[in-house]
Amino acid sequence: MFSGLTDKLTKKQQKWLFRIILGAVGFVALGILEHAGVFEGRWWLGLIIALVPYLIVGYDVIRKSIRNIAHGDVFDENFLMMVATFGAFGIGEYREAVAVMLLYQIGELFQNYATGKSRESISQLMELVPETVVVERGSETEEVDPDEVETGEVIIVRPGERIPLDGEVIEGESMIDTSALTGESVPRAARVGDAVISGCVNGKGLLKIRTTKCYEDSTVAKILELVENATDKKTHVENFVTRFARVYTPIVTIGALILAIIPPLVLGGGSEVWISWIRRACIFLVVSCPCALVISVPLGFFGGIGAASRIGVLVKGSNYLEVLSYVKTIVFDKTGTLTKGEFRVSSIQPAEGICTESSGRPGASSEKPGASFEKAGASFEKPDASPSKPGAPSVNPEEALLEMAAYAEHYSTHPVAEAIRDAYGQSIDLSRIGSTEEIAGHGICAGLDGRQILAGNAKLMRKYDIPFQENTQGGTVVYVACDGTFAGTIVISDTMKDGVPEAIRDLKAAGVKQTVMLTGDSEAAAQAIAKEAGVDQVRSQLLPADKVEIVEKLLKEQNGKDALAFVGDGINDAPVLMRSDVGIAMGAIGSDAAIEAADIVLMDDDVRKIARTVRIARKTMRIIHANIIFAIAVKVLILILSVFGIANMWMAIFGDVGVLILCILNAMRLMGKQEPET
Amino acid sequence: MKKKYKLDEIDCANCALKLENAIKEVDGVSNVKVNYMMQKMTLEADDASFDAVEKAVIALCRRMEPDMDVTAV
Repeated sequence: MFSGLTDKLTKKQQKWLFRIILGAVGFVALGILEHAGVFEGRWWLGLIIALVPYLIVGYDVIRKSIRNIAHGDVFDENFLMMVATFGAFGIGEYREAVAVMLLYQIGELFQNYATGKSRESISQLMELVPETVVVERGSETEEVDPDEVETGEVIIVRPGERIPLDGEVIEGESMIDTSALTGESVPRAARVGDAVISGCVNGKGLLKIRTTKCYEDSTVAKILELVENATDKKTHVENFVTRFARVYTPIVTIGALILAIIPPLVLGGGSEVWISWIRRACIFLVVSCPCALVISVPLGFFGGIGAASRIGVLVKGSNYLEVLSYVKTIVFDKTGTLTKGEFRVSSIQPAEGICTESSGRPGASSEKPGASFEKAGASFEKPDASPSKPGAPSVNPEEALLEMAAYAEHYSTHPVAEAIRDAYGQSIDLSRIGSTEEIAGHGICAGLDGRQILAGNAKLMRKYDIPFQENTQGGTVVYVACDGTFAGTIVISDTMKDGVPEAIRDLKAAGVKQTVMLTGDSEAAAQAIAKEAGVDQVRSQLLPADKVEIVEKLLKEQNGKDALAFVGDGINDAPVLMRSDVGIAMGAIGSDAAIEAADIVLMDDDVRKIARTVRIARKTMRIIHANIIFAIAVKVLILILSVFGIANMWMAIFGDVGVLILCILNAMRLMGKQEPET
Repeated sequence: MKKKYKLDEIDCANCALKLENAIKEVDGVSNVKVNYMMQKMTLEADDASFDAVEKAVIALCRRMEPDMDVTAV
């Protein structure tokens, strides 16, 4: 009958449960005998029969408390339980004495089981690391512990195995499952030259990987360490509970002592009076344990951190989850956070009368300038060329402009140059390029087919006194001139990440009051993105130091407990990440800088997860607060009632074990697979 | 230096809290964390006196939680 349950229990828990069942049988038997009047006039028989289940269930409590008295710890909960039950025996309440011990043990067993369960849910993360790894040494392969593999060695990961160490693929091709780290189920491709991170599961292909990190520095080892130690960071609630627990037990215990002695002495009277007050004192002792309170906090945070890690969000400490629940202002870095950080040509606008005689081919088009290209497209479509002359390749103004820019920027490594070359997409004929000169802070002056091409910002045009038409579009604008005549502009802009407007809306719905975007980009570019994303405020053209200043100013504007979170990619905004109340970094899986600097890491860089994490944080705090208030209120109520003689021993048992079990059940709600809705 | 220990069969959350407070009082302990959920202890003390401090801390653990096993990780 218990096989289903006992399978899930450890040996120790099974023995524990067995004792509880035996004790419960004894308790029922005791009740029947008492009801049948067997003990009438023979109190000693009742005591002896009651002691059997009492000792079966509580012998270890008594053993521990005797040991603790020897150490002078009178506030030990075992000791207090023993005194309370002895008191109950003393006043002839045998059944109550057995029940207190029985239920106390049920509560303890439940606590033990619940923490074991939640530990297991974290242990599933631990399975991220395989126990052994096959490494190539010389011409042979060896199977060793992951921490014995040195950086630069070649390991072999067979299909279906976990990748134990960070590295680079040198042979083979496969799809790898990153879900354990990112919560995303879409596998990503791993080919020769790709970096792979530990903790992912290899798909169908065999991979040979050259390790780039030793085990301790591998992503997975760092993550495990973080999650394991997350509950070490002390939170405000925890500090409150710790302080409360430290004074609560002594006060209640001393209260019990006073209650047992003073009133009967003052009021006088016979054994009736003494029994009545000793009973009240026993009730005090039974509710003197702050266990329900103390367990609620770590169990709750454990659940919250576990829930976050299941969606691929790493929370580095309970305290950050606590602060996140108070977040009212979120500051975003633009590039890499709200945008992909990839520059693409978004529009090409040739000027009227652009010289299109590149490679001596005649221009054939009179198309209107201003063709706009799809922003997010990986390779943008070239507009249909106008009817071309048979035999001669057609060159429309857009293409001609792009070609000029691509040739001019050929030697540049600037991201803008890369974007232009990507958009051009054709191979460059080096023989056509003349001397190229980079004019710092302006752009490039290059020769192409004997003509002089200028490509750069507006300052470059002014420098060469070229009349041009200003382009006020958002993004980086490249002005191109050919032989001293303005040829047109190419706009390069960063594309927004998927789901950003949705992420901002969700945050608002989750109670975030203010969203701010910071960027080093131009006002126009910043406004364009901000409008699309839906953020409230934009600060543009900032230097890294300005970002810290703005965040500090915003921090000062927060009222009371309100907190500020900064979201960045963790690479160049580490100072801001550290300065804010909660720093949230894009993990860009594998970026150590982000994991180091931030308090919370989004493993898959999905900003939508911030709102989900805020909801988890709020729910965690709600549950923890509810538990604390509930436990304190019930205990205090029972204490008050017992002073007036209204509470009985059964209520006291509820105040101890009942509250403990309810608090644990409440905290365990966070561990369910379901995500909080509100 | 910093060292980690596995604590098997630590009784309850409140016991872990009391144990942590007691260990903090041990001479030479610069920091200690008793993590009830992970059943783990992280002890920090000066390198020079670490062995002596460790001994004292383990003795204290034995006294306060006799059923608990302390093993260095």
